[in-house]
Amino acid sequence: MKICVLVKEVPDAAVVKRINPSTGRMDRSGERNLNPYDTHAIEAAMQIREGGVAEVDEIVAVTMGPETAVRALHKAVSLGADRSIHLCDDALAGSDVAATGYALAKALENEHPDLVLLGQQSDDGECYTIGAVVADHLKMPSLTQVIKMDLDGAALRCERQAEYGYDTVQVELPAVISVGDAINEPRYPSLKAIMGAKKKQLDSVTTVDVGIDAALVGGDGSRVQCGEFHDPPAKAAGQIIEDEDTNDTVEKIVAWLDERKLI
Amino acid sequence: MADVLTYVLHYEGAFNKNSLGAVSEGSARAAEIGGECHAVVVGGDDLTDELCQSLGAYGATKVFRAKGPEGLAQPVVDAMAKVIDEHGHGYALFGGGLLGFEIGAGLAARKQAGVTMEVTAVKSRDGKLVAERPILGDSQVSVSQYRGDLGIIIGRINAFEIAEGGEGSAEVVDVDVDYSPWSTKATMVQRGEQRGADVDIEGADILVAGGRGLGKAEGFELAEELAKAFGGNAAVAATRAVVDAGWYPYAAQIGQTGKTVSPKLYLAAGISGAIQHKVGMQSSENIVAINKDANAPIFEFSDLGIVGDLNKIMPKLTDAIKAKKGS
Repeated sequence: MKICVLVKEVPDAAVVKRINPSTGRMDRSGERNLNPYDTHAIEAAMQIREGGVAEVDEIVAVTMGPETAVRALHKAVSLGADRSIHLCDDALAGSDVAATGYALAKALENEHPDLVLLGQQSDDGECYTIGAVVADHLKMPSLTQVIKMDLDGAALRCERQAEYGYDTVQVELPAVISVGDAINEPRYPSLKAIMGAKKKQLDSVTTVDVGIDAALVGGDGSRVQCGEFHDPPAKAAGQIIEDEDTNDTVEKIVAWLDERKLI
Repeated sequence: MADVLTYVLHYEGAFNKNSLGAVSEGSARAAEIGGECHAVVVGGDDLTDELCQSLGAYGATKVFRAKGPEGLAQPVVDAMAKVIDEHGHGYALFGGGLLGFEIGAGLAARKQAGVTMEVTAVKSRDGKLVAERPILGDSQVSVSQYRGDLGIIIGRINAFEIAEGGEGSAEVVDVDVDYSPWSTKATMVQRGEQRGADVDIEGADILVAGGRGLGKAEGFELAEELAKAFGGNAAVAATRAVVDAGWYPYAAQIGQTGKTVSPKLYLAAGISGAIQHKVGMQSSENIVAINKDANAPIFEFSDLGIVGDLNKIMPKLTDAIKAKKGS
């Protein structure tokens, strides 16, 4: 079986995220990390490979993004992917969720994956949605926020938390599954894997290469326009205590609670 | 003028609160742009005429009822796409919750429509709807405008208030849906399983909530001791991360997929304060946070924040509260 893992480069958690006022888009200049949720998706693929239930021929990491996004692919390969595909084209800049999902689906179509995995959310924006968009374009069943996944013949038995408790859902392959961070503990890449990552096959493809209709992507092809960025209603800043002397800290907390009749 | 179509989730014969919020919101906004609010329901025989008609009380004028599997998104995408094709709704609106995200996204793909998620407010402007969405860790708000025939709005959990005003009874229209082949390839094996002990956190005045910062399952003893010290109506709650990790029962989970609480005191121990958690507790009267990371988002919406080691602070705080109570 062939597994494709969608990955994404996101801002380092330590970088302050902001909107570029001239473009109205997120300033992505500080980006340099593989989305942490995606590392769980790669690990899930590796566990299927190592689980022995099915023969995994190939794990392919796929991303869409500017040239710097190859770093996310290198990281993905160091974590276990065999090769990677970089959908990179200026025509894609400014794509909204629907356009991004469409473009990714086109890139995946040529790969004929049996399973598409991705992280359920990214730190920088669109949560929970991209998998469902990709799945509809690929005409595959899909499930998001999966925290347990077992291969059972040509189907996956998935568990997730839904509105009323835990649901167990049987999903026939091929399918698109987005995973939560509780699904596994991603391994750390070995030094050898990190060093070798840049040598693995990386194909850079354009919108033309994968047959994307240019009218459906990019800022102009997107059906949502975001703008009018403004501050949320201000909430009065709370009091902060740095704990230096714990007895003193606790005294302050108790006084604070007592003042509000909470004890 | 445009009509608004909402999806209303149900379970064991009752409608979901977030869905009812979406119907109320959809009906109020539709009225502003000269349209009506309709609802789609998908399920079995428990979707009785009477139950469906009751959506009229929240402002829905029509309810499109399709027979189909419950608790799965893709069949609902098929049903909504069909209803929109036949009736030309201008907007699709979803309350918070996992299925709303999946259905809204699938519908966006199917109908080449724009979608905005995590929406906290919908407004009408020049006969159209725009959606406000907090971004960048809630530090900014972005406004979405839609192009094309359909705009999709997915609310953040609890964003839309339920307004049960009308005496109205909605017209029920049965819809035959030919489900897409891929929509029937996911099947529900078990729905709504409760894991772990049953605890009541919604009625508590004081909640001591624990997150990953407690370090391990045994770390919850600190939270339990502290809750006990407060006595009376205090309980322990947890984040999704630690519930999924098996440290604490599901029934105690706060947040997007868990419960929403607004106690007099919410004391968060070792909780970073991700948006998914925040939406379940932000209306608490007083929020106290203990976290060793001074940059944790929870400090941005806590009334009292303590930067420090909870293993040192919590036992002493427990003793101090016991002492105070005893005095």
